[in-house]
Amino acid sequence: MSLDSALATPPPAKIRLAGVNKTFTTERGMVHALQDINLEVSDGEFVCFVGPSGCGKSTLLRIVAALERKFTGIAEVNGEMIIEPNRDRTVMFQEHALFPWLDVLGNVMFGLKLKPGLSKSERLGVAHYYLKLVGLEGFERANIHELSGGMKQRVALARSLAPNPRVLLMDEPFAALDAMTREQLYGDLQRIHAARKKTILFVTHNVREAVCLGDRVMIFSPRPGRIRGEFTIDLPRPRDFNDVALAQHASAITTKLKAILAESPETVPTAA
Amino acid sequence: MKQFFAALLFFVALLACWEWAARNAASSILIPPPTKVWEYLIGAVKDHTLWEATMVTMKRLMVGYFIGLVIGIPLGMCVARFRFFENTVGVLSLGLQTLPSICWVPLAIKWFGLTEQSMLFIVIMGTVWAVILATSHGIKQIPPLYREAAATMGSKGFHLWLRVLAPASLPHIVSGTKQGWAFAWRSLMAAEMCVAILTGYGLGHLLDSGRNLAAMDQVVGVMLIIIFIGFAADKILFSPWERFLRRRWGLT
Repeated sequence: MSLDSALATPPPAKIRLAGVNKTFTTERGMVHALQDINLEVSDGEFVCFVGPSGCGKSTLLRIVAALERKFTGIAEVNGEMIIEPNRDRTVMFQEHALFPWLDVLGNVMFGLKLKPGLSKSERLGVAHYYLKLVGLEGFERANIHELSGGMKQRVALARSLAPNPRVLLMDEPFAALDAMTREQLYGDLQRIHAARKKTILFVTHNVREAVCLGDRVMIFSPRPGRIRGEFTIDLPRPRDFNDVALAQHASAITTKLKAILAESPETVPTAA
Repeated sequence: MKQFFAALLFFVALLACWEWAARNAASSILIPPPTKVWEYLIGAVKDHTLWEATMVTMKRLMVGYFIGLVIGIPLGMCVARFRFFENTVGVLSLGLQTLPSICWVPLAIKWFGLTEQSMLFIVIMGTVWAVILATSHGIKQIPPLYREAAATMGSKGFHLWLRVLAPASLPHIVSGTKQGWAFAWRSLMAAEMCVAILTGYGLGHLLDSGRNLAAMDQVVGVMLIIIFIGFAADKILFSPWERFLRRRWGLT
């Protein structure tokens, strides 16, 4: 396999969720985390999940990643049942989850080394390509603890892109970053999405972030987590986080979100 | 540089105090002067007794310690991984770790006689429990996030253990093996002083024979060698790992 074919984007995948239910058993009793989730994501689409904490949006992402395997309903990628974690669906977590015993290059290479059919020089080529894509050229030998929060998330992004997945799952990846760094990363992520054509599921509780990034924004209500609204964002790309039209979309969604929260008082757990 | 000279001054002063105390002591048996200790060491190096005793001791220590690691690390992994091992080996380790391994001497002699095996047994008993506990603790401390991140990139089974769980628990394993080393070293010295074994005359025996001969220059000389070996082991066996952890992980 040549470097070019190693970098060639595989066709992005479709995702289908039908009647997905998920319950947790905690010390307090049963928690209905997700109720009857139906969602179809077309290939190459960028879909954001928005909702208050505890609405199960991260759980849904984990179901697609197969990190959460006990649920009922149908979860399919390209018509195939999701059974176990797979490098076709990589995850970027809120905490960078980088391995401190490896340097930057070692982290990006981790998934690549598990990918069959690549020579060592092709792996290195791929790793360098993605490090450049996220703007970290020259940091190959840096240790993780030496990087800033934003740089760590860039490495994490490069690491999850490197195995060339068909789906990228992002669980509040920018939530712990400062506003300036975040806005930079919005630009970078849109650029990468345009260049690499992945299907992306993106969890956030920042409505404006969702509007800035997503083709579609799904709104979740808490306990039980349900999809309560859907907004298609047809603003031209690349989008600027501070754009006025973007702010208007965001405020419409926020209004809807507030209405949903107001009608579900069970968000505040009652002392039982 | 200034720090170095301050430290040097401290040790020179310490030596001077020792010399002064030795000269004013009622007998050189109570405090052997440093010069006499030095003479003993030179003599013992020349007639090879020191070298031979050191070799006997180091062999016991290295073999026993190595066996302790080979048994301890996999068992520690099992304790972390399987509830059954946690409830059995884990509990046993906690209990036996509190037992100074010199307490095994009477049984070891009954079981193995006055042989090398007795010595090895005592060293292993000193090492293995600390290593089991440190390894299992290290693995249990691993954030689940590492495991999940690795899984999404296709790591599982043996690869997951070798490339994720083992390195992720490295800080704990290093401190655990270091602790195991300290226990092994102490147990061996105690055991060698306690029982004379005909197959090999170790540093502990050399120290003990100094006691029997009232040759305190020999006792103190051997003590210095024991300190030196402990110091060197720390620098050679553990410092490189600790430097790696500091540099790569940013741990202090």
